[in-house]
Formats: sequence, C-alpha cells, structure tokens
Amino acid sequence: MSFIFTKKHFAAQGSVASGKISAIPNYYGYCAVLWIALATLITAIFLNQVTDLSAQIFALIATTFTIGTNLLMRKKISGAFNARKHFEKIFLNILRVISLVSIIITFMIVFSILTEAIKFFSQVSLTSFLFGTKWSPQVAMHSGGSGSSGSFGAVPVFVGTLLITAIAIIIAVPFGILSAIFLTEYSSKRFRNIAKPILEILAGVPTVVYGYFAAFTVAPFLKVFLAKFNLDIAAESALAAGLVMGIMIIPFILSLSDDVMNAVPQALREASYAMGCTKSETIKKVVIPAALPGISGAVLLAISRAIGETMIVTMAAGLNANLSFNPLDSVTTATAQIVTLLVGDQEFDSVKTLAAFALGITLFVITLALNFAALLIVRKYREKYD
Amino acid sequence: MTKKTKQKRLSFAEFAATAKYQKILRKRYRQEKIFKSLGFFAIVFSIVFLFTLIANITMKSRGAFSATVVQMPIFFSHDILKENDAEFLAQANYRKLLLDNIKNHFSEASYSRRNKVKIFHFFSKDSTLDLKEHIIANPEHIGTTQLIWLKTSSNIDQYYKEHTRYIDPFYESLIHKYFNQDAMKISYSWNYFTNGDSTEAELAGVATAIVGSLFTMIIFLAISFPLAVLLALYLEEFSPKNKLTDLIEININNLAAIPSIIFGLLGLAIFINFFEMPRSSALVGGFTLSLMVLPTIVISTRNAIQAIPQNIKDAALGMGASNIQVALHHTLPLALPGILTGTILAVARAIGETAPLLMIGMIAFIVDVPKGFTDPTTVLPVQIYLWSNNPEIGFVEKTSATIMLLLVFLVLFNGLAIYLRNKFSKRW
Repeated sequence: MSFIFTKKHFAAQGSVASGKISAIPNYYGYCAVLWIALATLITAIFLNQVTDLSAQIFALIATTFTIGTNLLMRKKISGAFNARKHFEKIFLNILRVISLVSIIITFMIVFSILTEAIKFFSQVSLTSFLFGTKWSPQVAMHSGGSGSSGSFGAVPVFVGTLLITAIAIIIAVPFGILSAIFLTEYSSKRFRNIAKPILEILAGVPTVVYGYFAAFTVAPFLKVFLAKFNLDIAAESALAAGLVMGIMIIPFILSLSDDVMNAVPQALREASYAMGCTKSETIKKVVIPAALPGISGAVLLAISRAIGETMIVTMAAGLNANLSFNPLDSVTTATAQIVTLLVGDQEFDSVKTLAAFALGITLFVITLALNFAALLIVRKYREKYD
Repeated sequence: MTKKTKQKRLSFAEFAATAKYQKILRKRYRQEKIFKSLGFFAIVFSIVFLFTLIANITMKSRGAFSATVVQMPIFFSHDILKENDAEFLAQANYRKLLLDNIKNHFSEASYSRRNKVKIFHFFSKDSTLDLKEHIIANPEHIGTTQLIWLKTSSNIDQYYKEHTRYIDPFYESLIHKYFNQDAMKISYSWNYFTNGDSTEAELAGVATAIVGSLFTMIIFLAISFPLAVLLALYLEEFSPKNKLTDLIEININNLAAIPSIIFGLLGLAIFINFFEMPRSSALVGGFTLSLMVLPTIVISTRNAIQAIPQNIKDAALGMGASNIQVALHHTLPLALPGILTGTILAVARAIGETAPLLMIGMIAFIVDVPKGFTDPTTVLPVQIYLWSNNPEIGFVEKTSATIMLLLVFLVLFNGLAIYLRNKFSKRW
C-alpha cells in the first residue's frame, strides 16, 4: 500500500512541475497524496467490510481505484487551481476528525464495557451485585453457567480493594508529602538533583516487577518478621500488596505535591518568617494549608491509581474473596478478579466473563469520578494563585 | 482578664531571657530538627527500597545466563547415524544415541531400570540437540568416541550452582564423581536470548517476548504517534474555544488517568470480539496499547508546543505564511525534541505494561518466535508474569533475569529521553 502511495506522490509532483502554477509544486503533490490516501483508505475499509476477498484482488481493486482518482486529480490540477488553500482545507478537516479520536476512545470504552455489563445484569440483579456478600464466580460457572444470585455479591471484592488501597495510601501519603517537603524546602540543589531522578526510577519500574517483589520477597519477609510477634499472616496478604503498592505511589504523590508546593508564592513564606516562625512551622501552618487543595487533588489521583492497579494485587494479594478488614488476611480486589475471570480460554458469553465487565464498569465509574474531582480541585486551586 | 493586667509587662529582650522562653525556643528548634529528619528519612526509605529491589533481583538472576555442563564420552555409533547423509543426520534418533551411551557408560552394578530413567533426566532435553549440532558440524566423528560437553537438567544445574537445595542422593553422588574428574563446569550460554518459552527451565528464553515487545511497540507507535501529535497540534493551534474543545481536553486528561486494565477490557470487547482480530497477536496488543499511550503523548506534545515562544510564530506569520504553514514548518519542528522525549517516556511506560495484555490473551505459552504481526506472541512483562507463577528455581532465575532485562530497556529509554532533553532543549 505504501508503495502505491509513494509512487503516486512522485507521479503527481512530476505532472505538475511543468505547468504554470499558483502555489509551490509540492502542494499539488500533497493534495494528490491526501486524496489518494483517503480514497485508498475508504476502499480498504469498504472491501474489508463487504467481502473476504483474497489479498491480490484486494490490492488490484485498490490500485485501479487510486489510479482513477489520480486521473481525476490531474484534470483538476491546473495553474489556476490554488493547491495550497485546497491542501490546507483538507488538512484542517483531517485535524478536526482526529480531534474526535479521544472522544471516540472514551465512547468505545463505555460502549464496549457497558454492553457486556448490561448482559451480566440481565442475569444477575444489580442489587445482588452491589450488596451481596458472597463472591464465588467459579462455583456459578460449574452449576450450569447461569449465575445463582448469591455468588456474584461484589461487596467482598470492593472491601478488599478498599483495604489494600487504604494501606497503600497510608504509606504513600505521608512518605510522599514528607519527601516533597524535604526536596522543595530543605534539601540542597545538589541533593535534589540526585534524589529526584532516583525517585523517578521508582515510578518507572513496571508494576509486574513490583508484583513479583511483593509476592516473592516482601510477603515471605513479612511472614518471618511478624512471626516474631506471634502474628500469623496469610501467604498472600493484603499487607504485602498494599505496602508495595504504597511505595509505588510515593513518587506519584511526591511529584504532584512538589509541583503544588512550588506554586505557593514565596511571599507567603517570607511573611511567615518575618513573624518569627521556624521553617517547619512555616511549612506546617502556611505552605501546606496553601497547597492543600492541590495536595488533596494529588491524593485523589493516587487513590484512583491504587484502585486501578492490577499486577501487584494479582500477584501478591489473594484470589479468594474474603470479607475481612484485617490487613493480615488474604483479600481480593476488583482488578485481580477481572484478570482471573478473563485469563484463559473460556467462552466469552458466560456469566463469569460478563462479571468481569460488570466489575470493569464499576472500576471505570469510580476512577472517572475520582479523576474528575481531582481535576476540578486542581483547576480551582490554580486560578487562585495565577 | 484582671489577672493578666496585673502582671508586669516584660519588654521583648527581658522576655527572651526568661527560662520559659528558652524552653519554648528549644522545643521549637527540636521540632524543626525532627521534621527535617522525617523528610530526609522518607526519601532515604524510598531509595533504600529501590536498591533492595534491584539488588534482590540481580542476586536471583545470576544463574540465568549460564548452564552447567558435564563431559561425557559419546560413541557415535554407525547403527544410529549414517555417514555422508546430511538429511538423515538432521532427523536421526539422538535420544537413542544418548540412551545407548548412558547404558554403556554406566555399566556398573548400580545400573538398573529405575536408575536408567534417572540418569537420562540428569541431562537436559536440550543435550540431544548438542549431540546433533556436534555431529552435523563434524560428520567425520561418526564411528568414533568423543568427549562431549552436555547440558544438565535444571535440577542438576541448580544444585551445582547453589549447593543448597535438596537433591536425590543418586544425583549427588554422580555430581561428586564428575566434579572430582573435572568433568563438570559452568558454561555461559546465549540460550536465554535465543530460545522461546519452554516447559524446561534450562531451555526457556526470552526471544519470543523480545520480538513480541518489539512488534507491539512498532504497532502502537505507528498508530498513536501521528494521531497524538496531530491531535495536540489541533488543540493548541487551531481549535476554537468552545464546549467541544473543552470536552476533548477534559476527556484526554481523564483518559490518561484511567486504569490500564480498562483498556484491556476495551481491547477484548472491541478488537477481539467485535473486529475478530487474531487473539494474543502483536497486532491486538499494539492497538490496545496505542489507545493507552495516545493521551500521554498528546499531553507531552501540548507542553512542548506551548513552550515555543509566540514571536517565532509571529515572525513567520509576518512573512506571509499561513497558519498551517507556521504550524508545520516552525512549531512542530521546534517542538520535536520535546515531543520525542515525551513519546519515549510514554513508550517506556507502555513497554512495561502487563495488565491490558493479559486481557487480550497474550498470556499463552508460545515457543516459536513470531514472524509477523498476527502471529501469537507474548511480551517481556507478561513473560515475567508467566514465569513467576512457576515455583521451580530455574524459572525464578529466568524471571529475575527478564526483570533485569526489562529494567535495562527502560533505563535505556529514559536515558535516551534525558539525553534528547538536555541536548535539544532551548531556553527561549
């Protein structure tokens, strides 16, 4: 296909090079290429949809079609034709279409997940999904494929998600904010230049690596460590997953609150120093209150990330849905359930796989709400100091 | 009230000299110190964690690049191999050859049917390949006895390297025997990089995953990079200020924060179920990731475009260039380093992404290196996930080695991004 493209490009350029023209020759070439590309694209989509022709026939028809368009273009291309304006008009229209891509993606997400979720809710009632306390999709799978209402109660899954998220946030927020304070207010420039990239590496480590570390290093370590205090911890505990997830989120909170604290005007700090406050008093009583909206936005985003985090919980947290608030127990999360329900080769129309989409839409709505709230807060805060 | 007025008012200097004030001051300074060290501790904690993680994984990955080999006299019998017949040599029964040799070699009293199986499992399944390669390279050795280095199986390999795990006493005696004859050594091997996945730990490699990652990367870059750059260009330079533009802006910011697993669900429902693209292929993986990468590239491109000063655009406009000419001839080329930096960072993130690819079935067990975009394949992070489920110590090594490999790739990507940023970034 690209071969035809380039060929046509040169052909069009060559054909116009001799005539009298009202734009740079290149634009005639661009015009032709754009039209031909469009034509080929339409043909390709059309052919793909309608019939399952062999590749050769497909290429043949596409070529003849493009050559036809090319001839058509040549007729139109004369000296009086302002190719630049024409090209710019097409280009702008292409940009307009592309700008809708993001909306299309969102629409596709909502549409695809929602249709599957609706199929699920036609078999399992919404109330039993949202308020049921027993989650065992595997059992429903074996008893004939149709969901018995008790098996798809998502409360234990949500509680597990909440528990692990809470542990992660309890770790990440203080560490993240304290690190940000130290880097923005206390540290020397040199230390900051070394420490910040290292912390950014922490943010760049793939989650599957954290998951591996949580499951095979942190969890056994915690087991040995807590055994000294006569505490028994499950092999796949919420604590190990939450702990590692918290550390993963530290750099996220760090960089966001770093930004907002830098945005706090220096005059506020100096006013505080002038009143005789020490640095820490200034930070605690002036900088943090001033940056609070931004920081809370960061925390909301962090929560949304923790809820949506998949690999750490899939590898380090359990798969059995226990309704428990004990961090030493094994709990499961929405994301881990989605993975276990969908991985493997099963029918896509069973209640079990549809349940994953129901969890997915819940996850989507929750994270969307959190992101939106965070965005609003941050926007409002920015206006205050700009 | 009355009490306070009765007290004698102190001047500040007098008040500062009182013991009470000194005490408060000391307390405040102490708090200051505590607060500062808390911040320092928080940073050190993160850094220590990072180094623990890397050290831990490096330690575990040590054995992945080497294999334990053992020297055996092998008689290349005429019965099994035919001379001057390359075709026959390629398909000959090397398993029987090895078995026969084992039989001859261990003609001791200890040799029983049970031990025969055991001895055969002493060697890697790959060792028959070693024999094949040797005889194809040296056909003149047929009919002679040669000393050949053969790969051992995963258990033996591990025991020889670590000396810690439990092993069958029979194997232990064998290892001691070979070790004392200087007939056992650790040899470095490239198997890890040239093999696909395998059920045998000593044979498993990352070739499939590396090629799969590469293919996936090509696809999602080819889709998302042009789209994202044009989208950002439109939003920055051409979009009218209206409700739709606002919606698009909010939408992009939201998309960037949506959990990656949601994109996996989308890929499963749309690309696989609706468009019926081949499951577990790089094509679907690339499409799915491109949706994920798009908003990230858009955001960084917009930042890069915003950094271009207005007077450059004004100068071009003053020379009679149209808006689109300004955008294509000046804004985009000047913003390119920033765009590339942002793109590389986005790619680095997408390369390490696992969850959405699990959804679209890239988790299959794939031995063959994919040859095209529609062949089933896997990617590095998914390979890590797959192997991590296998408790065998040989796989632990491979998992850790793959993590190291992935981290090396990410460091390279990030290094490239930093280099580009430093080299081309201009302060206007």
